[in-house]
Amino acid sequence: MENTGPRILIIDDETQIRRFLRVALTSHGYVVKDVGTGKEGLDAIAMFSPALVILDLGLPDIDGIDVVRQLREWSKVPVIILSVKEQETDKITALDSGADDYVTKPFAMGELLARIRAAMRHITGDEEQPVLQFSDLSIDLVHRRITVDNNEIKLTQTEYEIVKNLAINAGKVMTHRSLLRTVWGPSYEKEVQYLRVYIGQIRRKLERDPSRPRHIITEPGVGYRLL
Amino acid sequence: MAKEKRIDPDELLASLEKEGHGKLTIFLGAAAGVGKTYAMLEAAGEKLSEGIDVVVGLVETHGRAETEAMLKELPIIPTKPQDYKDKTFYEMDLDAILARAPQIVLVDELAHTNIEGSRHKKRYMDVQELLAAGINVYTTLNIQHLETLNDIVAQITGVTVRETVPDQILESASQIKLIDIPPEELIQRLKDGRVYGAGQAIEALQKFFRPGNINALRELALRYTAKKVDRQLESYMRVHGIAGPWPTGEKVLVCISASPFSAKLIRIAKRMATSQNAEWLAIHVEPSLHRLSRNEAERDSMANNLRLAETLGAEIIGLTGDDIADEILEVARKRNVSQIIIGKPEHTRFWAFVHGSVVDKVIRHSQGISIHVIPGNQQEAGQSNKLISNRIKEDSTRPQQWRTLSVLPYVVSIVMMILMTLILTPISSFLGAVNISMLFLLPVLFSAARWGRFPAVITAIMGVITFDFFFVPPFFSFTVADVRYLISFTIFILVALIIGTLSDRLKKQINYSRQRETRVSALYALSRDIAAVNKLDIVLESIASNVAGTIEGQVVLLLPNEKAKLVLQKNSGSNDFLDEKELAVASWVFERGQKAGRGTETLGTAAALYLPLSTEQGVQGVLGIRFNESDAQFDPERIRLLEAFVGLAAMAINRIKLAEQANQALTLVESERLRTALFNSLSHDLRTPLSSIIGAVTGLLEDRNLVYSPEARKDLLQIILNGAERMNRFVGNLLDMARLESGMLKLKKDWCDLQDNIGVAVNRLGESLTNRPLDIQVQPNLPLVQADCILIEQVLINLLDNALKYSEQGSKIVVTTQQRENQLETTVANQGEGIPDTDLSKVFDKFYRLNSPLQVSGTGLGLAICKGIIEAHGGEIWANNNLLGGVTITFTLPLSNQAIGRVPVMNEGV
Repeated sequence: MENTGPRILIIDDETQIRRFLRVALTSHGYVVKDVGTGKEGLDAIAMFSPALVILDLGLPDIDGIDVVRQLREWSKVPVIILSVKEQETDKITALDSGADDYVTKPFAMGELLARIRAAMRHITGDEEQPVLQFSDLSIDLVHRRITVDNNEIKLTQTEYEIVKNLAINAGKVMTHRSLLRTVWGPSYEKEVQYLRVYIGQIRRKLERDPSRPRHIITEPGVGYRLL
Repeated sequence: MAKEKRIDPDELLASLEKEGHGKLTIFLGAAAGVGKTYAMLEAAGEKLSEGIDVVVGLVETHGRAETEAMLKELPIIPTKPQDYKDKTFYEMDLDAILARAPQIVLVDELAHTNIEGSRHKKRYMDVQELLAAGINVYTTLNIQHLETLNDIVAQITGVTVRETVPDQILESASQIKLIDIPPEELIQRLKDGRVYGAGQAIEALQKFFRPGNINALRELALRYTAKKVDRQLESYMRVHGIAGPWPTGEKVLVCISASPFSAKLIRIAKRMATSQNAEWLAIHVEPSLHRLSRNEAERDSMANNLRLAETLGAEIIGLTGDDIADEILEVARKRNVSQIIIGKPEHTRFWAFVHGSVVDKVIRHSQGISIHVIPGNQQEAGQSNKLISNRIKEDSTRPQQWRTLSVLPYVVSIVMMILMTLILTPISSFLGAVNISMLFLLPVLFSAARWGRFPAVITAIMGVITFDFFFVPPFFSFTVADVRYLISFTIFILVALIIGTLSDRLKKQINYSRQRETRVSALYALSRDIAAVNKLDIVLESIASNVAGTIEGQVVLLLPNEKAKLVLQKNSGSNDFLDEKELAVASWVFERGQKAGRGTETLGTAAALYLPLSTEQGVQGVLGIRFNESDAQFDPERIRLLEAFVGLAAMAINRIKLAEQANQALTLVESERLRTALFNSLSHDLRTPLSSIIGAVTGLLEDRNLVYSPEARKDLLQIILNGAERMNRFVGNLLDMARLESGMLKLKKDWCDLQDNIGVAVNRLGESLTNRPLDIQVQPNLPLVQADCILIEQVLINLLDNALKYSEQGSKIVVTTQQRENQLETTVANQGEGIPDTDLSKVFDKFYRLNSPLQVSGTGLGLAICKGIIEAHGGEIWANNNLLGGVTITFTLPLSNQAIGRVPVMNEGV
């Protein structure tokens, strides 16, 4: 039986990683193509038309960030970055340049699959859903209401905006910069402390245990994610 | 019962040391002409024919034909011409011989004094240098040149020989060949002209070569050699542990003074000490007042005596004290002296009666010590008297200086006299002559106390005159009606003299004490300055300036560089006197470890005096000092002070060097330790998880028969995951540690919410926190802190991981965070076993692992990384044992002064 699932392109110079990704993703119903260099990758995006690209930052020929930038000039395909723990700045730059999400090597398969799904959700058009449900957390975008276990929680306007932004991009990481830019404006891109204060407040209102948040997850050094 | 043969370690060492040294063979003779040089040349010829490398350093033939003939056979190193006072002298070329490095060199006439400008003052010093370089030396010597026998020879022959050789040279010689011929034969030789040329002979004969003389000298020579053999035998016996008569433990003490008679005492003491195999001490006691009135000649004489004693091997003790006898006896008792040698005093009975005879006192209180009283003869008494009279003469010339210095005392005296007269005249009849004369004493007393002897005498005379003129009948005349007034006049003058002298002395003593005090405090200042300093440069600076200041000269400090060549490190003032030649002198001092330069017997023409900075570890450098006063005869006090300074300096330099070495050694040891720990850790902690991974994986892969059930499979897979995660953590730890160590750690500071960080850390630990109740307490309105959030999260992860590892399953973990004044304090606590109190700070060391009954895996790096990160933030981290068991680790982060300011609402910036 031929797989007719969504197409995923893997760009990574490590043979072993390509191998296991191919095996795992194919088993989950995706159609997988893998290449080893950035150039090949860009070509493949054009030719293969994948629904998602998994891109490793440490490529031999072109810098991963450049691949993203070049790619974004003519394609909106979602990109997930594979990065190593220390490459903080690269990760953020890549995300700000247009990548959608990232996983840090070594990663658990489940994590990657979740992010793949989250990244592709946008495309598959779940935008119309007015009420977003995350286990006990419920967000009504139309009526601008948030309930936890069916109890309404009052949020300030700013708090709501933040939650809304995270919710729309549920499952995907939102960088500090993009959140700040969206909620406060471009000149506030660097003011991480505002986010900290607000996220803290939001968590205290929405989370059962604010110290162990289940919904609003911190991506260290990068941003936040709503699950 | 056999007595234990004790091998004397010193002797053994000495005999071993001799191995590296050159051997000295001395051809000893009773007088000139016995054939020493000839014998030496003969022996050399024999060695030459055996193939040994023999050269002639310097041989005096004195025109004797036979000697000249023998000389032709041997290779000669040409002598070096030295010019002195428009004449050219030929001295032995020491450097050429050293360069040539023969096995044996012949050096004639050991007692010869070198021409000024030579390296050493005496030829025997040259020979010592040759021996130190490992070259064997043959030399000749007459018995009359021996230092200790000098006075005996003088007694015998009536001739005082000036050129002497210290006994030590002979004692250290490996062989003494006595060249002996009967006196008649020697006299015959003399007559035949085979000793001296024709013209000289008669005079020489008459004066020196009387048969009696020659016999006596011969006996001296024979006796000396016999004693030497005796001693050699004893030494041999001791080295080889052969039982024999041991030294008796005698100790000799000789009291010396500035008198030249002391030289005789010293030689007697030396002979006594040698014959009894005893140590000997030379002590000089200076009464504190006495010191002040010594003149140059006396000081020179004293210095010479001290030097003589030192050269002959005495231990010098110098004391100040008023009771000479007491001081002598105290030292004698302390040092277990068995014999004291003291000179019979030249003072008259009266003087002795008044001042107390030192000798009598010593004898009276000597208890068990033998006292040898050596009489001087007329000649010597005369000499010492001359010294005393010189002293008086000098004292009397001194007032000349004073007179030119100040007229103030005399003016004041005159004024006082006038005043006295004016005051007393009106009331003279009331007072009476007696009282008036007493009153006239007052200005005299005043003058004496204030200005000293001479002004006092002048005042006295003036007082007498005034008194006589104005108050003694007949008035206004200088005649004296009543002879009794003459007594008053005499009393005036006596008073003036006595008080004046006392005042003088007192002033001198104060001066002297002040001088002394300055010098001592200079020494103290230097020692205090450099006591705790660890920087070489500062120490050198201190030394140079302190020494230059106190000794009044220009100081240079030379230390060896890496190539062990002497290089100027520090100087006070100018160092323009330091040219090639001076550097050569300094280098010589450095190599030989002996002082040289101006004022010493070696290289005395140098511009400065060079002293080696020696410690037990060897010579550390050289201190050179050029005195500001160019007069050469140095105050022994100054020299002693200088040597004290040098000693201090050497120690300080040595201390710094050793400290540096110790530091390096420590660093090496520490890095060794770490490297070993690291290797051990790497090996173990990487291989262990790998073994479980490979084991499990291969199990699954090779499972052809599908032995494993789904549960088993799941188990194995979990094991593989665990192993891999463990390796991941370990690698992460190593990288973190490496980054911290290499200084590559750059903090990316940003605003952090500790609550957030805790959340991240907890999340990261995921699975391991199941079944572990976790209590997180966050202070409401916790302020944000400026920190590298990711690193803080790493700290929290490590701390949580640690807390989990060292506590039981199911036990609680508590995390708190709160503000304390200007810091943010966070704690992580577990329940379970504690850490031994002594280890509470050690847990943060790299690779430290607690001995725990729970088998804990891990690198021992976790806490060390935490410490590195926290301290890089300027915070602190520490561990405490909980009261109810378990450990709490606390860390603090400094809170920034910056306020966040108002947090704006949304859309403000749009």
